[in-house]
Amino acid sequence: MSAPANDVQDYVGFDTITQQMERKFLKRGFNLNVILVGESGMGKSTLVIRKTTEIAPVTQMLEENGVRVKLTIVDTPGFGDQCNNEGCWVPVIKYIKDQHAAYLERELKPNRERIIVDTRVHACLYFLNPGSRGLRPLDVEVLKRLTEVTNVIPVIAKSDSMTIEERTAFKRHIKEELAFHRIMLFPYASDDDADDDRVLNASIRELIPFAVVGSEEVIEVEGKLIRGRRHGWGVINIFDETHSDFVHLRNFMLRTHLSDLIEVTSQRHYEQFRTSQLRQIKELRAQQAAAAASGGAPPAQPQVPLSVMQHQPMTQV
Amino acid sequence: MKSTSGNAGGAQKKKMHGYVGFSNYPNQIHRRSVKNGFNFTLMVVGESGIGKSTLINTLFDSKIFSDREELPPNADPIKGVDITSMSADIQENGVKLRLTVVDTPGFGDSINNEDAWQPILENIESRFDAYLAQENRVNRSKISDNRIDAVIYFVKPTGHCLRAIDIEFMKRLHTKVNLVPIVAKADTLTAKELEQFKTKLLADINYHGIQIFKPVSDEFDDAETVADNRSILSKIPFAVIGSEKFVERPDGTSVRGRSYPWGIIEVESEEHNDFMKLRQMLLRTHMEELKDSTDIVLYENYRTQKLLSMGHVQDNGVFREYNPVVQIEEDRRAHEAKMNKMEGEMTAVFQQKVQEKESKLKQSEEELYARHKEMKTVLEKQRSELDEKKRRAEATVRPTTPMEQQTTKGKKKNIFSGF
Repeated sequence: MSAPANDVQDYVGFDTITQQMERKFLKRGFNLNVILVGESGMGKSTLVIRKTTEIAPVTQMLEENGVRVKLTIVDTPGFGDQCNNEGCWVPVIKYIKDQHAAYLERELKPNRERIIVDTRVHACLYFLNPGSRGLRPLDVEVLKRLTEVTNVIPVIAKSDSMTIEERTAFKRHIKEELAFHRIMLFPYASDDDADDDRVLNASIRELIPFAVVGSEEVIEVEGKLIRGRRHGWGVINIFDETHSDFVHLRNFMLRTHLSDLIEVTSQRHYEQFRTSQLRQIKELRAQQAAAAASGGAPPAQPQVPLSVMQHQPMTQV
Repeated sequence: MKSTSGNAGGAQKKKMHGYVGFSNYPNQIHRRSVKNGFNFTLMVVGESGIGKSTLINTLFDSKIFSDREELPPNADPIKGVDITSMSADIQENGVKLRLTVVDTPGFGDSINNEDAWQPILENIESRFDAYLAQENRVNRSKISDNRIDAVIYFVKPTGHCLRAIDIEFMKRLHTKVNLVPIVAKADTLTAKELEQFKTKLLADINYHGIQIFKPVSDEFDDAETVADNRSILSKIPFAVIGSEKFVERPDGTSVRGRSYPWGIIEVESEEHNDFMKLRQMLLRTHMEELKDSTDIVLYENYRTQKLLSMGHVQDNGVFREYNPVVQIEEDRRAHEAKMNKMEGEMTAVFQQKVQEKESKLKQSEEELYARHKEMKTVLEKQRSELDEKKRRAEATVRPTTPMEQQTTKGKKKNIFSGF
């Protein structure tokens, strides 16, 4: 940025561009795609109140103050449920990469749509096991791979089984282990963050992993209806900040960092994917050209379809 | 049991008119066992962090397991399953208990848990083997019993159903140990969720044919015991929490429990969880039954299987009473009989051989005799022939008179000298 920014003397009016952009988004609406990764019985479905039996998305349209969000949740049933869980992360990674690939394909088309429907996964909620010493070997393996392709937000579900001290100790332990294994979590620190962003991000990082409690029930407490869980010894209000971090998680994902999630997916993960894919296509084309030049037989398909390309990255998984 | 006092059939029931005192026998047993002390061996199985150490420390109100040490992140995770055991001698009202708790760290913690049950099964069987070896010793005065009396299996409170690893473990071990599955961290689930979960668990257990330990009442139990057993049975599998800490209730009393922002869960409250029932069954009412079941049913099954597989055949002869003198006599007699038999055999063989030889000799004798006879006849013949010849020869030469015989001698010269 070489040109110095001068404050304009008269009011020109270009500061309304933010409002213009807002209006554009209002008209267009958002797409937010979230994938939930965790074993059965961890509370994934309860947290989002929908159930699926395979890696298939469930979509909901939400509207608030004129802003429309198309929220798509993808569950991963059967993840980590077997005796032998080697490779249980492969279908999940494949799904995420498939979405990137689909977007890339549409982007590469000569006649592409004006607004490409975005099915890329913007956030991954990874459910940790409460009570374990820290990260399990399975967690480490999966997190390493997931953070390469999407934004990962670790969550402790069913955290109503941990007292506050246990929760604090567990979070501290998890953070240590995550740092040790160099697992990069969202939000990512970056140098051109504004100061207040940095403060906000720091406070978010303090809370990670979010200790949440989910509930499908609405119960009555002292005349008020709340969403919570009723035990013989007390009632948990999932929206109470002292009871669970649910409110913080929701604010983080939907209120403050929603656009960040989408943008980072687009700029960082998607671009990484795109670069590696295009490079592979180029290599493959070069190979085929070399084969054609030496062998004489023309290559079968001049344009290698992306579906073939997709399988190559699987070996890195 | 047939009575030998001249009754035709089984034993008669006699009514006692006075107090003899043999009803004091159970007390004598009681005193003796209190003097000897008991031992009880428990094994706890469940994934890391599920509450095994806390539950044991709570059950026995002693710090059997010390606090988990905080490992740094670069510590290697446990590969496979470790088997460790802690022993403690605890005493209550003069009764000494040698409690051993076997822990299984690493179970279910790896990515691949397919064979997680294997080291545990091997450990249980090796304890059976050790006992079997001691039983077969010549000097059996000191047998140490470290067989596992019960396995407490910690089921994760998912609220859904048994996981693959749970089913695999229980199927492999239920015929070798008394299985007591419990729902760990019961404070995760509400009462309704717990009920549904327990129903689902029992259905899964039945579906897979898994035998878990259940208290049963028989005809000797009094009404109170029957009622107790029934109430224990209704809560199986137990949903428990454990706590080594004491927390303060709003009214100021201090209880063992866990304190949350939304309330306090008490370990010893039957409304909050089934800890009291577990403790009752394990320690207060069914400890003896667990040990009995281990000794009589599980161990015997193992022993039978093992001996049959080693090639032992069931020989009912060994059930006769063993008397050494008689045994020696029998042995001697058997030996003698054997000797006689051998002797007879050898004699027979000898006889046979002698006969053969004799007949052979006879044969050759006869041959010789025959030949001799033949030769004799030949000789005789020759002699007679010669005699004949001689007579003939003599007959032709005989014309000379006796005078001639005389003068022959002298005339020999005259007659013949004249020529």
